[in-house]
Amino acid sequence: MEQFIYNFFNVDIMYRSRIILLAGLKNTVLLAVVSLVFAIAVGLFLAVLRGLKFKPLNWLIVAYVDFFRALPTIVLFMIVYYMLPYLGFSPPVFWSAVVALTINGAAYFEEVFRAGIESVDPGQSEAARSLGLNYLQTMRHVILPQVVRVVLPPATSNSVELAKTTALASVISMPDLLYKAQQAAGGIFANPTPLVTAALIFLVMFWPFVRLTGYLEKKIGAM
Amino acid sequence: MRIGDLIHMFFNGQYMLRILPELGKGLLVTVEIAALSLALGVGLGLVLAVIRVAISRKTTPWPIRLLNYPLVFYVDSMRSIPPLVTLVVVYFALPYLGIYIPRYWSAVIVFVLVLAAFAEEIFRAGIEAVPPGQVEAARSLGLSFLQTMVSVVIPQAFRIALPPLTSRLIAITKDVSLVSVIGVSDLLKVAKMDIARSGNYSALIAAALLFTLLFWPLMRLSMFVERKLKT
Repeated sequence: MEQFIYNFFNVDIMYRSRIILLAGLKNTVLLAVVSLVFAIAVGLFLAVLRGLKFKPLNWLIVAYVDFFRALPTIVLFMIVYYMLPYLGFSPPVFWSAVVALTINGAAYFEEVFRAGIESVDPGQSEAARSLGLNYLQTMRHVILPQVVRVVLPPATSNSVELAKTTALASVISMPDLLYKAQQAAGGIFANPTPLVTAALIFLVMFWPFVRLTGYLEKKIGAM
Repeated sequence: MRIGDLIHMFFNGQYMLRILPELGKGLLVTVEIAALSLALGVGLGLVLAVIRVAISRKTTPWPIRLLNYPLVFYVDSMRSIPPLVTLVVVYFALPYLGIYIPRYWSAVIVFVLVLAAFAEEIFRAGIEAVPPGQVEAARSLGLSFLQTMVSVVIPQAFRIALPPLTSRLIAITKDVSLVSVIGVSDLLKVAKMDIARSGNYSALIAAALLFTLLFWPLMRLSMFVERKLKT
């Protein structure tokens, strides 16, 4: 028991590693928020494009969504990280992670928004169109406001999954919470307490959202 | 010139073909871990769901009902903590306690734990969606709790749970390549080793294509199940 507490819940080491872990936490939160904004924006954009029902465009979008939903995210992180320089970009590793998370997240959000848009009675967009609204106006003023409610449970669940996926950024050595915790546990303190602490921070941070997802699914219904 | 570099470094057919046999071996490891974790995880999830339903009945004495809390803690932890973090904790932290689990089994254990947590939630929701009148009817016909579960409730719960279950489980299983981080020689690890050896990234692209070939049909299958069973 003593050995367990010394190695896993060592208060002294928790205290001494707080600055390293907080620096990592800051990067994790920043990465999650920025990627989420981009992923939702791109996902919504693709879903609206798909609503145009222009065949060749739809095939492209389906190919995109299918490919990136089937590709393991860790592989995508590595491809983006290695390939961007050859495409003429050498961004800081933070932005490589944002690009990977956006590409991956947008595929999932496109699916969610598309299902939401399809759930609105087509008569509504026909009515709006015959009143003289164009496609974008119809989307903005008629369809999308109704989609928000239906989309809320799966979108929340997707957001939690995306936020959890930020931990993969440590693989391309972005200094996120996991990366910093590994540094502290390995080289600096030679004690796994910082890893356990990081796991607890993730738990405390994401647990309310996991619960919220369950609540929304019960309240509004899973789509 | 840049485009030439890009093709040479990432889409080099020669490199891809040369490494293909090794990637195949890695792919087998990936499939093995995925299949093993899925089978054990779904099984454990179902058992846990039945246990949770059983111990939260009103007839259960309260000290046993308290067992619900550790179960909830386990399920919620696995759903909140990124699987990569759990994997790193199990593989790098447990040896400090003198517990040495080989990489392969660390990987399987973590994925079973994660899959079981998600499966438990989905199965329990399925069990709760079966009208309680059916349980009452079965019990008053003389079936025991377990008999009622096995022959009345679970078959119906399974059908309700199948669409969310398949899509969620495939999304998690897709990420078994995380095990390469702790050094298991799966498909991704083989590709990474080749990159280190040759300085050429084509093996990574080849691995990505193999992953997609493996998971794309499964993903489509889950979408099909979802559409089929929902109506």
